[in-house]
Amino acid sequence: MRRLVTDTLIIAERNLIRLPRKPELLIAFTVQPIMFVLLFRYVFGGAINTGGIPYVDFLIPGIIVQNIAFGGFVTALGLNEDVHKGLIDRFRSLPMARPAVLAGRTLSDVVTNFLSICVLVITGLIIGFSFHAPALHVVAGFALLLLFGYAFSWVFALVGLLASTPESANSVGFLAVFPLTFISSAFVPVSSMPAALRAFANINPFTIIVDAMRSLWIGTPAHNYVWGAVVWALVILVVFSPLAVARYRRAAGT
Amino acid sequence: MSAASDGLTSAPAPTGAEVAITVRGLVKHFGQVRALDGVDLDVPRGTVLGLLGPNGAGKTTLVRVLTTLLTPDSGTAFVAGLDVREDAAALRHRIGLAGQYAAIDENLTGLENLTMVGRLYGFPRAQAKRRGRELLERFELDEAGGRQASTYSGGMRRRLDLAAALVAKPEVLFLDEPTTGLDPRSRISLWETIEGLVSEGATVLLTTQYLDEADRLADSITVIDHGRVIAHGTSDELKDRVGGEWLEVTLEDAADRDTAISALAGMSEEAPTGQDAIVSVPVRERRGAIAEAVRRLTEQGIGVDDINLRRPTLDDVFLSLTGHAAEEPSDDPAQEQP
Repeated sequence: MRRLVTDTLIIAERNLIRLPRKPELLIAFTVQPIMFVLLFRYVFGGAINTGGIPYVDFLIPGIIVQNIAFGGFVTALGLNEDVHKGLIDRFRSLPMARPAVLAGRTLSDVVTNFLSICVLVITGLIIGFSFHAPALHVVAGFALLLLFGYAFSWVFALVGLLASTPESANSVGFLAVFPLTFISSAFVPVSSMPAALRAFANINPFTIIVDAMRSLWIGTPAHNYVWGAVVWALVILVVFSPLAVARYRRAAGT
Repeated sequence: MSAASDGLTSAPAPTGAEVAITVRGLVKHFGQVRALDGVDLDVPRGTVLGLLGPNGAGKTTLVRVLTTLLTPDSGTAFVAGLDVREDAAALRHRIGLAGQYAAIDENLTGLENLTMVGRLYGFPRAQAKRRGRELLERFELDEAGGRQASTYSGGMRRRLDLAAALVAKPEVLFLDEPTTGLDPRSRISLWETIEGLVSEGATVLLTTQYLDEADRLADSITVIDHGRVIAHGTSDELKDRVGGEWLEVTLEDAADRDTAISALAGMSEEAPTGQDAIVSVPVRERRGAIAEAVRRLTEQGIGVDDINLRRPTLDDVFLSLTGHAAEEPSDDPAQEQP
């Protein structure tokens, strides 16, 4: 167990040392999401009716959830690169704790997710977003985002290990995340969608997580969203982390 | 194949201090493909085994089984006295692996790479760092040690990769095509490094497609094809198996070739062969062979540009054993594991 903790921290440290040395990744974490926020706020926002809530308040929780989901790509691409460069083989030939490579990767994702949440919140505050909730709820919102991001990292860890190339990892992730996040309550009220899409959006875990975030940050009715979101995150974690570790044990990329 | 069927339980572990690697009846399938089809192998401690074979012969699969990256379907394999299946965790402390591609993190510096590997072997940070510095110096990377590995040349990356494999002073070192893709100067410098390690007592299993590399580094050579061992011996033994020496005559004028072939015909039971201005004839007795050939050719008034005796090369061995020449290495790692 001590080995697992030490090795996980070594791998997480490695990922974090790399981060500032890959400017394209930093741009993916910062400039790109800011661009999206501005586009939705100023280009689409005026045309979207959110029933009394200012669009910027409606948008920020949604776009942060989407951004966290897309952040998983970094995990998938990074692991896939490690497979192709032979690093995973090297790690597997070392006497280290087996789950440590993945646990370290997902742990460093928590740090990068936190950074990108902060970037988006600050951007939001500059363009008019404000929290309408007690401080405790705001903090709980951060925690929920990090938990959800952590669970999602494991999904992408599996994608990264399974994909034959970084490009295919990218497109698999893209094809899943794009519809899942757009056909949800992230950008528009679900009630504005055609019936079939609305049915999908209502059961989409992203809708539940986005609605949970809105209730925590801007004080919309909470219903069971927060608990639902926690349960979803835990289910994803419990299903995907053993799958990813099993895949890693077996032999990545073969 | 018989060894494979009972290999799980009955094969005794040859833990004698003199044997570093023992493999019996090793089989590994990938779907329908038998990547390893009953491989037997012994590598005495302190020696270099060159594992030769064309692309897809099973070289990399064998290395991956011996380094615990793949589990064999049947058969046994012991490395440093440990079963690759049963004692995998303990074995990982005692082996080093440098694969086909420099397995280093390009965004880390040379020193950070080696320190990370050292810590993953369980060294405390300070000790891992010290060992990293030691290795950087030894591999003439000390000046580059503080730079990101992405700025390294191909040769430097391979040296760093090899250094990473040596962090824990492994008893047995696995080098999978260590010089593939390197320029000649870097290859020779890497060969010298490997020779240095061997002189210090390391046991090395080296796969290669470069026959000159096997010829230079390996104490003994195992040739595999289609997952089976098809020949084993020292480089000289393998060459002797292909045949004796050849006398090779380069004529001044290619037009004299047929005359030269008939002039040399009496020298051997086998008929001479010719191509362009070169005529070759197998000889059993090297003494006097050159003088005899020159005499016969001079009698016919044929001008000779060059004449020499040639031992079969490992290329000839490879050709006669596998029916095809050693191929150029491919850059597709998946080819070894369909």
